[in-house]
Amino acid sequence: MLVAPQLTITVVFFFWPAAQAIYYSVLRQDPFGLRTEFVWIENFRIILTDPLYLGSIQVTIIFSTAVAMLAMGVALLFAVMADTGIRGTQVYRTLLMWPYAVAPAVAASLWLFIFHPSIGIIGRHLNEMGMLWDYRLNGGQALLLVILASTWKQVSYNFLFFLAGLQAIPKSVIEAASMDAGRARCFWSIVFPLLSPTTFFLVVVNVVYAFFDTFGVIHALTGGGPAKATETLIYKVYTDGVMNLDLGGSSAQSVILMVFVITLTALQFRFIERKVHY
Amino acid sequence: MATPGRRESWIPHFVLIIGVVVFAFPIYFALIGSTHDAATISTGRMPLVPGGHTVENYWQALTSGSGSHILATPVRTLLINSLIMALVIAVGKIAISIISAYAVVFFDFPCRMFFFWMIFVTLMLPVEVRIIPTYKVVTDLGMINTFSGLTIPLIASATATLLFRQVFLTIPDELAEAAKIDGAGPLRFFWQMVLPLSKTNIAALFVILFIYGWNQYLWPLLITTNRSMETIVIGIVKMIGTSDAQTDWNLIMATAILAMLPPVAVVIFMQHWFVKGLVETEK
Repeated sequence: MLVAPQLTITVVFFFWPAAQAIYYSVLRQDPFGLRTEFVWIENFRIILTDPLYLGSIQVTIIFSTAVAMLAMGVALLFAVMADTGIRGTQVYRTLLMWPYAVAPAVAASLWLFIFHPSIGIIGRHLNEMGMLWDYRLNGGQALLLVILASTWKQVSYNFLFFLAGLQAIPKSVIEAASMDAGRARCFWSIVFPLLSPTTFFLVVVNVVYAFFDTFGVIHALTGGGPAKATETLIYKVYTDGVMNLDLGGSSAQSVILMVFVITLTALQFRFIERKVHY
Repeated sequence: MATPGRRESWIPHFVLIIGVVVFAFPIYFALIGSTHDAATISTGRMPLVPGGHTVENYWQALTSGSGSHILATPVRTLLINSLIMALVIAVGKIAISIISAYAVVFFDFPCRMFFFWMIFVTLMLPVEVRIIPTYKVVTDLGMINTFSGLTIPLIASATATLLFRQVFLTIPDELAEAAKIDGAGPLRFFWQMVLPLSKTNIAALFVILFIYGWNQYLWPLLITTNRSMETIVIGIVKMIGTSDAQTDWNLIMATAILAMLPPVAVVIFMQHWFVKGLVETEK
């Protein structure tokens, strides 16, 4: 049985935990784990009416929208510039590619060093110019810093895909279009629509990235604070489950996130299937 | 777009150079930080040119990892842990997915498609989503603070299996039949036909998975309670701690540089495989 190793790992570390998450999400345990009672959807009801959870949904939405838009916008700009037929595209690609390899938590430590209120080069200048910059006290600034650090890391990935997408568009199409219309018009009415499969794919990838992979950035930079200003959904699963030991609540949150990811993946597959047929 | 006029061709260069500079600045600043002593940095007036403490900073980070304000594991140990973890994850993922893809494509056995779908749906559940229950399973199995606990739960990968399945489907049936007629058993067919044909995919996948393994954060954070088992990414965050101005920033920055050196080097030197791997695994 050649599939046995993979199946064993899949069952033990995927299905069993997923089933347990669902199981725990309908139970309530007292803090000592002595008594467990079946509460049906009680955990979900508590979470969905908890202002802290709703707050963290809001943070997550702001955060992921900002990261996805910024990272994709900047990447698209670079990709369009690199695809204008200039010399040295390969060199620029190499120079813009490597932040992908930097671990989220390491990226966070680099940005911390720049924006630290007393020793960071930019943080200190902001303070000297009379702006009160301290991301450890100001929630808005903390969120901004987390967004910047996460975006920095993700641009290179988007850049590679946009560049590949642009290079796949036949040059003759673009030449014909740019003769008929101005260059800006040509981009928005010809190139951008042709890029839409890449764009859609990147939207999904960026949202998933902002939801899950940025845990390291947030944990290292702000720890969810100040006053939960940077606590995203995945961060809340971690704090509730590991720090506060609220197994039922944390599992219910996990289940909500699972449903979200499955919906997103299903959407993506449907879109890809449709794309094949047009 | 293919006909740049003389007049406008400097704009792309200008934008891209600004981009490169902005993107490289954090790294440059960290490099500079790792060449000064802690006192210079904590005044907040660190010059933008390298200082004279490079060798001692890196030596101190590698051998002890502790300065006057922090007590940490030597970076040497952290680097070795990270390397083991990244290699085991990359090699393990490739190994188990290539054999299961081989089984699904070339053999006919009951429930074949059912098994395939079982692997396929795991694509939808990133480790972060089911982190707490998975953690509980690993604790129950007594795998806390071991390399097996650190790596095995991350090894099962639907993406790699799917990729190999795609590759194997392009191998024509005639080839398999010809091999069978020539008397090659399944094992021989695997070693002499399938494996050489998927060499490039293995290389591409290896680059992606190595980076994936090296940069893991949440999972090692939960699994390693023993400081000697920490990976370098965890180690650096522990070093920052409360992020006071008065800490050994020179050591932290030296560690940061050491932490990103291996994956960045892999990306730059194996660029061709990296791009290929990215595009193919995400298809």
